[in-house]
Amino acid sequence: MSKITLPAYANVYISEGKKPFPWFGMDIGGTLVKLVYFEPKDITAEEEQEEVENLKSIRRYLTSNTAYGKTGVRDVHLELRNLTICGRTGNLHFIRFPTVAMHRFIQMGRDKHFSSLHTTLCATGGGAYKFENDFRTMADLELLKLDELDCLIQGLLYIDSVGFNGHPECYYFENPSDTQNCIKRPCCLDNLFPMLLVNIGSGVSILAVNEKDSYKRVTGTSLGGGTFLGLCCLLTGCETFEEALEMASKGDSTNVDKLVKDIYGGDYQRFGLQGSAVASSFGHMMSKEKRDSISKEDLARATLVTITNNIGSIARMCAVNEPGDQAALYRAFRVYRIPSEQKLPTISREYMKIERVVFVGNFLRINTVSTKLLAYAMDFWSKGQLKALFLEHEGYFGAVGAFLELLKSAKVRRGGVKPDSLSMQAFLLCQAMYHVTSPKSCLAFEYF
Amino acid sequence: MALSGGADRGSHSMDKSITLPPDEIFRNLENAKRFAIDIGGSLTKLAYYSTVQHKVAKVRSFDHSAKVSLQETDGDPLYEISVQEEITARLHFIKFENAYIETCLDFIKDHLVNTETKVIKATGGGAYKFKDLIEKKLKLKVDKEDEMTCLIKGCNFVLKNIPHEAFVYAKHADSEFRFQNTHPDIFPYLLINIGSGVSIVKVEAEDKFERIGGSSIGGGTFWGLGALLTKTKRFDELLQLASKGQHTNVDMLVKDIYGGAYGSLGLTGDLIASSFGKSATTDKEFSKEDMAKSLLHMISNDIGQLACLYAKLHNLTRVYFGGFFIRGHPVTMHTITYSINFFTKGEVQALFLRHEGYLGAIGAFLKGAEEDNPNQYSWGENYAGSSGLMSVSPDLNPVQRARSGTFDMLEMDRLERQLVNLPLLQDPTSYIPDTVDLTEDALAREYWLYCFEEALDGVVKRAIASQKDQPEAAERAEKFRQKYCHKLQTLRHQPFAYGSLTVRSLLDTREHCLNEFNFPDPYSKIKQKENDMALKYYLKVVKSFEELSWEQRQFTLVKGLLAGNVFDWGAKAVSEPWLVDAYNQWIERLKGPPHKCALFFVDNSGIDIILGVFPFIRELLIRGTEVVLASNSGPALNDVTNSELQILTERIAAMDPVIHRLDKVLATVVRERGTDLVIIEGMGRAIHTNYYAMLSCESLKLAVIKNSWLAERLGGKIFSVVFKYEVPSKAQGQH
Repeated sequence: MSKITLPAYANVYISEGKKPFPWFGMDIGGTLVKLVYFEPKDITAEEEQEEVENLKSIRRYLTSNTAYGKTGVRDVHLELRNLTICGRTGNLHFIRFPTVAMHRFIQMGRDKHFSSLHTTLCATGGGAYKFENDFRTMADLELLKLDELDCLIQGLLYIDSVGFNGHPECYYFENPSDTQNCIKRPCCLDNLFPMLLVNIGSGVSILAVNEKDSYKRVTGTSLGGGTFLGLCCLLTGCETFEEALEMASKGDSTNVDKLVKDIYGGDYQRFGLQGSAVASSFGHMMSKEKRDSISKEDLARATLVTITNNIGSIARMCAVNEPGDQAALYRAFRVYRIPSEQKLPTISREYMKIERVVFVGNFLRINTVSTKLLAYAMDFWSKGQLKALFLEHEGYFGAVGAFLELLKSAKVRRGGVKPDSLSMQAFLLCQAMYHVTSPKSCLAFEYF
Repeated sequence: MALSGGADRGSHSMDKSITLPPDEIFRNLENAKRFAIDIGGSLTKLAYYSTVQHKVAKVRSFDHSAKVSLQETDGDPLYEISVQEEITARLHFIKFENAYIETCLDFIKDHLVNTETKVIKATGGGAYKFKDLIEKKLKLKVDKEDEMTCLIKGCNFVLKNIPHEAFVYAKHADSEFRFQNTHPDIFPYLLINIGSGVSIVKVEAEDKFERIGGSSIGGGTFWGLGALLTKTKRFDELLQLASKGQHTNVDMLVKDIYGGAYGSLGLTGDLIASSFGKSATTDKEFSKEDMAKSLLHMISNDIGQLACLYAKLHNLTRVYFGGFFIRGHPVTMHTITYSINFFTKGEVQALFLRHEGYLGAIGAFLKGAEEDNPNQYSWGENYAGSSGLMSVSPDLNPVQRARSGTFDMLEMDRLERQLVNLPLLQDPTSYIPDTVDLTEDALAREYWLYCFEEALDGVVKRAIASQKDQPEAAERAEKFRQKYCHKLQTLRHQPFAYGSLTVRSLLDTREHCLNEFNFPDPYSKIKQKENDMALKYYLKVVKSFEELSWEQRQFTLVKGLLAGNVFDWGAKAVSEPWLVDAYNQWIERLKGPPHKCALFFVDNSGIDIILGVFPFIRELLIRGTEVVLASNSGPALNDVTNSELQILTERIAAMDPVIHRLDKVLATVVRERGTDLVIIEGMGRAIHTNYYAMLSCESLKLAVIKNSWLAERLGGKIFSVVFKYEVPSKAQGQH
């Protein structure tokens, strides 16, 4: 049989049910690259024999180490065990390394002859675009580029649905306004929609998600994790996120920030502002005396508090500003199949308000100062109307989403590969060659 | 005496000694009362109410009742002119650096004589700090007022009283400042005050406002964080650094992450994805300028974003920005404007205020002056006594920048009556009186500034001639010359200083300067002579008109109007053809039913009013149309003033039974009488202003263009005639 070269998505489709390993999903952000890797645990002896050497070596390398090179890390505590997906059972691993090491990573891909493996490298995040050419020229690898927000939502919904090794993926803080009795509590994401999804990476994207496939990017801010780390590096000379957070945990931001009471002597009652509220971030630093008397820890803490509060403030405003999508709301209320001629009762704006704000992104990694502060800010400023929710796999959802796309990669995707006549031909060709008839595989072509 | 700053000026090298004598700064202190002070982080703003005694030209009719016929008054002037002292209310606002507080308080103490004032209203963060000093120096009790309340009160006041108070900033446009028309209803609006933190206030009515939000990332963050990052202490210097920096060296842009744009979301590659993002991933050194710029962008964008979110939530489109972060700094106005444009996709414009720095002081003053009901009156900016908006743009010459760093003044005069829009305007909100905005039109600006400079010698001569009996008039006139000359210089460099620059504002500025030096009406004697002369011919002219056929008479009346209007410039004839010629339409209209009531805005004294306007309105009166004559309340060139017009009307009424007097508040009259025709006469009223004004009734705008430059610009020759007859489209359907 003559060899037929098929487009990447058809390639994946062909292997439906028996998709070739390795299974990766990658999210290349501005600061960090997030990688999820599925380690099959149900490999048969036959498979073991057939498994090519470099595939085996990749599996061993990734699963037997927890650190890669100087900067790569496997978040062992996040590993999802005994996951069954696409008919295979195994563990899902979560790995990250700085984006500056991207070229080394590509070189490694070349050295390990990644291109010889029958897989598609599904990648999302800006780096999927930025490094596409490098992957091609340096390692002979074609990336399947995926939209980062699509991936984020699909990944999040998937992880939430499978849970975290028997525990809920999601958590919130009980008594957010009481720092002493503020307790982390797991919860289930029932009645998820509509929600505001705040993804805090280097920058921040804020999405209003009405349902699984319906969302919009409401806004974003450039004051994000990158700003925290960038300013901390400049102000304290620290070099890593961990270092910066460590310092922040020991500092006192009130030495740096000017509080309402520093200006008014107490509360500003005319406007209901508490004396302890920050009136001016870094406001004390206008004075030379104060500049000379503060510690690096105080500066790190103030930076963290400033960035976090600001994100909270913008998120809250977005939540109250988003009118919510009527149709999605009816669905959320399970009002199905209403005849189109029947006039729907108008649901008042109040009911359509978003009540759940889900914070994700690597800025929140090991960052309880920020998560608690966000929980407090949402609760306080909305007078209890808004609830801040967090997820254990903070920054990995984009990578998970990309990974999921690998397993169903012929689906229509925004920003990714669009269906065209070529894919139709490919489908027909595949059908003729492989007699694919299973309804599940047809799902992959549901856009027809 | 010269004041000098007592405090340590640090590394700041600008010369801070005051070059103006302080009695030109703290003026009219003798009768000052109702003091208020707003002490901010670096600037102090002082406010007080005072009265100004100045001369006004009064006309008083001689008693002619004994004389039965006009002939008998031959040779006697109709009225006498006397110069009287008049007292008017004036508000003074002075802004200076905190370093001068002590010296200034001493000066005020020494000059405060006739005051019964016991308290001084105080606001601003520094009010507490300087409380003891103020009480000790001035022996006045310091009475603190809420900062935000003062700010809003002040904001309402300037928005209501000062034309062109608000402006849009456009860095790369021909004119950086695009002044906004004063909206008759200023509410509701959003005020974003960027001090050390940010307060977002929704203002719904004079006394109804609410702080709907805020942010801790504000001016203090820029200053504090900027000082830490760049080791630069002063706020102004940080802004200077920022204006020279490249934020792209420090910020992580969308293209740094994507390699280009993020197309599917419409995010361009140059968009900042993460402020300071590069400093987290690169080990290199960053320049002070670049970090300052990045910080400025970060803070401006953040404030802009929040402002937009609040504006959207509360459905507000008028968003004003103030606070020390903004205070006339082009750099911050630019970044805020950019941010607002970005986040609202151009739906909301960032508005700034010319007198932003004074809001707190004005508000505190108003709180203290509530029993005087200052809000009941209309107040006008006195161009002679106010410094005007100073750009602190680094591109401007250092002399101007230094001045803005020392003393700045705002003076406002109480107007005789409340100013309201003419009820006959089709759309008062979009009414722009001035035909050409000289702020935007550089060629026209050059020309008119040159014109006014050229005319200055003549005005000075006339001013002296109007007060021949006073030996020191020449000296005063010279002072006037210097003052006005200086104003023209300022306007040449900073045309935006007093809002939109127009021919009207140039004339107003001249009147204000003349008044300042007690030349209330340099033209009074000439007007008197001309009026007396013209009166002698009135009956003769009227009689000769009566002998003409109707058609002939109408044309002669119109020609008479135009001839009278041109006469004062010595033209023999008007140019043919007329530049704008709606004469035939007008005649057709006259063949129809009479107008109910005509409102006539008159122009010059003498021949124009007596032999041009009066015969014309006489014809209207005979037709059965009521006529309301409207004239200036105060003198301006040879325009007939209201008091002169009253005497003239009385006199003409005495000899011509067709004319009778009417005197009532104009706006009421217009409404009561059902005015359906407005006649606007003269270059100043019909060409420089109102040329494009749309009225809700029929209108006649007529003038002779007595300026070759303007005529050419409008596509005609000097002494071209404009005879514009307009019928609003709605009324047209009814005819």
